[in-house]
Amino acid sequence: MPNKDSITNTFIVSLVLCVVCSLVVSGAAVSLRGIQDQNKLIDRYRNIVAASGISEKPVKDLTGAEVEELFKSRFTKELLDLSTGEYVEDPDENYEPKEAAKNEEFNVDITGYDIGLAKREPKTWVYLVKDDSGSVEQVVLPVYGMGLWSTLYGYVAVDSDFRTVKGLTYYEHAETPGLGGEVDNPLWKEKWVGKQIWAEGQPRIDDNLRVGVAKGGPPAGMEDYMVDGLSGATITSRGVDSMLKYWFSDEGFGPYVRKLASDGGAAGKDEATTVSGDEEATNEESTSEEANAEEDESDESATDDTEVTQPNNDSETSEQKGESDGGSEG
Amino acid sequence: MAAPKAKEVLLKPIFDDNPIGLQVLGICSALAVTTQMTASLVMSIAVILVTGCASASVSLIRHRIPSSIRIIVQMVVIASLVILVDQVLKAFMFETSKTLSVFVGLIITNCIVMGRAEGFAMKNDVKMSFLDGVGNGLGYSFILMTVAFFRELFGSGKLFGFSVLSPITEGGWYNPNGMMLLSPSAFFIIGVIIWIVRTFKPEQVEEA
Repeated sequence: MPNKDSITNTFIVSLVLCVVCSLVVSGAAVSLRGIQDQNKLIDRYRNIVAASGISEKPVKDLTGAEVEELFKSRFTKELLDLSTGEYVEDPDENYEPKEAAKNEEFNVDITGYDIGLAKREPKTWVYLVKDDSGSVEQVVLPVYGMGLWSTLYGYVAVDSDFRTVKGLTYYEHAETPGLGGEVDNPLWKEKWVGKQIWAEGQPRIDDNLRVGVAKGGPPAGMEDYMVDGLSGATITSRGVDSMLKYWFSDEGFGPYVRKLASDGGAAGKDEATTVSGDEEATNEESTSEEANAEEDESDESATDDTEVTQPNNDSETSEQKGESDGGSEG
Repeated sequence: MAAPKAKEVLLKPIFDDNPIGLQVLGICSALAVTTQMTASLVMSIAVILVTGCASASVSLIRHRIPSSIRIIVQMVVIASLVILVDQVLKAFMFETSKTLSVFVGLIITNCIVMGRAEGFAMKNDVKMSFLDGVGNGLGYSFILMTVAFFRELFGSGKLFGFSVLSPITEGGWYNPNGMMLLSPSAFFIIGVIIWIVRTFKPEQVEEA
């Protein structure tokens, strides 16, 4: 054996070691990928279910199979075109929003709010929970944005009034555990439940966006919209704040949520619904009337969820709905 | 170090020469993962495996490692093993691996592993190095599990996720001590453990 400290030997040892180690590591990574991907998928389902709050048992106590079953039985998945707020017909099941966001050919610039990223995907998956009659009970929307170290990926569940947050969970991030990582803290997540996204009774436009995180606690009058920041995690908190504002702005899900609200659940053809009328008539309408109207719509929507040509009185119904929701909330 | 005995090498690091208690190494992860016993147990097993295998592998090639790059070589071996453990955890214990998050990866920088590879495995044969690694892993685990026991019991009234002291929030009588769930509490508990051990083993007390 040559002198072990010779330059030749140093090179040989490092080369052999690198090859052996890389084989071991890549072998493990490749052979376990299938199981890991399955785990990730289940975890994503678990987070969607958790955000929606529809599970009776605590979601963390459910087994993987139960989560999958619950997800598949209650949720419908739609591919949403963010620019129009329309669903894509016959979507490609394998469409990966994360990949699409990187694709220079069709990714979209992120403007308006700084979420630490330059581009986003043009279309994304949204998850709907429908009741027996087919009208949307809630919708779970994917949100993401930069925190301090990493991009946080999560879901926001929006209630059937299309204003109230039903839950917020993050399924992927690499923030400092104990500081930014506290976005996973159940106590903090609980604070989001019931927060309003847009100013009460006002149209769902960017000027009325209120949802967010406030350092040191929400200022007076903002308690219904904002959540206290995480201590020691100013930048992560700011990230959560901007990402929520961005994703509910006109750049993000704004148009889609307006459409959902005006359609009472079934997103239909773009009929340029102006929601600004909401503001004027603020009195509550009789609930029975609203219920009837909603039922009528849902009958239609049951026939075809994605493409429903709404009757002309539709915008009126939506106005009533929007107001009474706002009213009952106050 | 003249011809260490197998039993001594394996058991000494648990009380007499504990890596956390005496050498005060590997504190970072001991603070971070000890809020739940399950997480601590998985972390302990991971560290035992990594220290054992890393020491054995380093020892196996110790006659060939050029001294100029020996630290890097040890690092590469340790890092590969840690990635291996991380991958297996992600595949088979996904939930726990999420709780442990970056700390499995941070075993790479855990001074215990590196310290044993450099301090023991470079000079001893494969079997002894393996036992030494496992022994130090056990010493680490002993502290980890003890700390986790107190933190989980008093912090959330549970052990291994099962309610032992039923907390007020679930209709019981126990008011969980929230501080136990924060990292500083681990400092206190480790401090108390070191105090107790050194009271019974005065030879561990350092000269002032």
